[in-house]
Amino acid sequence: MDSSRGGVYLDHAATTPLRPGVVSAMLPFLTEHFGNPSGAHAVARAAKNALEEAREQVADVVGARPDEIVFTSGGTEADGLAVKGVARGARDASLGDGVVVSAFEHPAVLASADRLEVDGFRVTRVPVRREGIVDVDALADALDERTAVVSVMTVNNEIGTVQPLADVAIAVRERAPNARFHTDAVQGAPWLDLARMAAVADLVSISAHKIGGPKGSGALVVRGGARVRPEADGGGQERGLRSGTVDVAAAVGLATALGLAAAERDDENIRIRALRDRLERGLLERCPGSWSNGDPSWKVPGNVNVGFPGLDVQTLLVLLDGEGIAASAGSSCASGAIDPSPVLLAMGYDRHAARSSLRLTLGWSSSNADVERALQVIPEAVERVRAVGASR
Amino acid sequence: MSRVLVAMSGGVDSSVAAALLLDAGHDVVGMTLKLWGGPSDSGCCSVGDVEDARRVAAQLGIRHYVLNLSDEFDHEVVDPYVDAYANGRTPNPCVECNRHVKFGHLLSRADALGFDAVATGHHARVVGDTGARFVARGRDAAKDQSYVLSMLGPPVLDRVLLPVGELDKAAVRAHAVHLGLRTAAKPESMDVCFIARGGRERFIAERVEMAPGVIVGVDGGVVGRHDGVGRFTIGQRRRVGVAAGERRFVTAIDAATATVTIGCHEDLLRDEIALDELVLHRPADDGRVHAQVRAHGAPLRARLLGDTVLLDEPEPRVAPGQTVALYDGDVVVGGGIAR
Repeated sequence: MDSSRGGVYLDHAATTPLRPGVVSAMLPFLTEHFGNPSGAHAVARAAKNALEEAREQVADVVGARPDEIVFTSGGTEADGLAVKGVARGARDASLGDGVVVSAFEHPAVLASADRLEVDGFRVTRVPVRREGIVDVDALADALDERTAVVSVMTVNNEIGTVQPLADVAIAVRERAPNARFHTDAVQGAPWLDLARMAAVADLVSISAHKIGGPKGSGALVVRGGARVRPEADGGGQERGLRSGTVDVAAAVGLATALGLAAAERDDENIRIRALRDRLERGLLERCPGSWSNGDPSWKVPGNVNVGFPGLDVQTLLVLLDGEGIAASAGSSCASGAIDPSPVLLAMGYDRHAARSSLRLTLGWSSSNADVERALQVIPEAVERVRAVGASR
Repeated sequence: MSRVLVAMSGGVDSSVAAALLLDAGHDVVGMTLKLWGGPSDSGCCSVGDVEDARRVAAQLGIRHYVLNLSDEFDHEVVDPYVDAYANGRTPNPCVECNRHVKFGHLLSRADALGFDAVATGHHARVVGDTGARFVARGRDAAKDQSYVLSMLGPPVLDRVLLPVGELDKAAVRAHAVHLGLRTAAKPESMDVCFIARGGRERFIAERVEMAPGVIVGVDGGVVGRHDGVGRFTIGQRRRVGVAAGERRFVTAIDAATATVTIGCHEDLLRDEIALDELVLHRPADDGRVHAQVRAHGAPLRARLLGDTVLLDEPEPRVAPGQTVALYDGDVVVGGGIAR
């Protein structure tokens, strides 16, 4: 069996299949309505109208004004523009040089912070508690009048824990009045009402392909008052924050997927949470000594992250792939090799535990049959891999 | 037909190994090991090499995975390597990698995954029957790699396939060209894969603090100073840091006192090699063996007595830590580490 021939897909936090309706919504802007939305003629106007309509739809779902939406090439670009753009904007205006991020942010945020540190900014990486929640007290201690930007994700990508954004926002308002608060909401978009959840943040990153939209499409919400130095210089599109001809089809794909996800969200959360609970409980019951990573009361509906004592998860993934089950673990580097999860390491797990943990993420395309098949295959596979005692 | 896991480095030999096994009707899966995360301009661990392996696997139509064994590699190969130099020894990391990582950790994972055998692109052969298999020299004498596999014996060899050992290197490349594999013209990897060319001293110095010491002649008189024994190998001639009329060689290293002894060529000669970790895969007739003391060294006529190799003719001293492979004709009958 091979996952490419219709297997069980349990890696929705990596990416999702396109929702029905997304491609057909995008297609006209890859064919007849090919215009550059910046132009001044009928061909351009068709594209411009679609772009602005997409902007309104996105703004509506995320709880922002249309002129606060900056379309980007995805979550990574949005995160970089927010963290680096705000920090550099603050320094340009002599308003601060402090950067505060949680220690288990997405690499797009962590690597941006690393870059800023090289450029002379003061960077603090705030510790994360073992249950997968940022330590808000430690975060508050890291804030001061010279803090320029604070970035805490809405939902962690590996263990699915929702972060206390409201508490973070209060700490920022009290201790760092000149700072702007950014949240990477990429993993929150499938599950949470961002208009409510992310309202406390000044900047919000989202990505289309985690919610049934196309890859290469995302947006950054930049609420009024945030001073952002752009990364790309050019024609001044997207209020000067993201020069370059806007990919209209990608924006339409994002808006369509967001709209579909929002409309189904309440029902889907109930359906997927039930699937997830059955999957997680089944694994914990059938695999002796196994444990769940991340505080269950704070996890989004689609995330299972389970550790198995003495298991080499890389070997398990190969075995599961052979059985047609797509799962993941840790973080993949450029070569495709899997390093121990930096998220679990940041939460205080040792390398053995981090190398023994499996991530299964459900999403809109997940079914009862997927869970059945996973429960049929995984416990037996875990036993086989553990029997060898490959992991020291 | 059996299920075979091929360790694909991204080089031409393991690419052809995979192709040959496929031709022979086996069910083949490719796996590239990520062994080293540090910087190195050579070797087996770069993104480009993984990509080559992946593309070759795709060309052959086989599944391919990347397995991160860098923690194991650090623990079994790199740490002992640094430790050995710091203690005045000259380790052979390829031997350790083969016995502990490729035919240890990888093989145990292959077992868990239901594979019957692990294959590599080494130029060596496996000969004999079930339960009594041995490594033998590859057909291409100039490329023979049996030395680095000399610590392997039964029963591990029942689960090892070395398909390119039957071919010479030119035939391997010709086969790769014939199949249109992108690795056909790739240059061979040289040196130690985790160290950039010529960077051994710096690599050691970055990882372990070493005490400076003295260089003495065989009579015990001080003739110079050095900043750490990790720079030296027994038999080393260049850069002993001493001006002398006659050519001088490192003849002994005492890490405990940070003393390096140098002497002339005769001072280096020995007629026996004591072995640690001796593994005898099968008894040698009358103890007669050929001992090979470096990867492409000439086999030396000798007799094995206990754990000591008695050389028929005196030879320059083998650096402690070096692997000594023992042959009966073309067949590896044992191996050990020079004391």
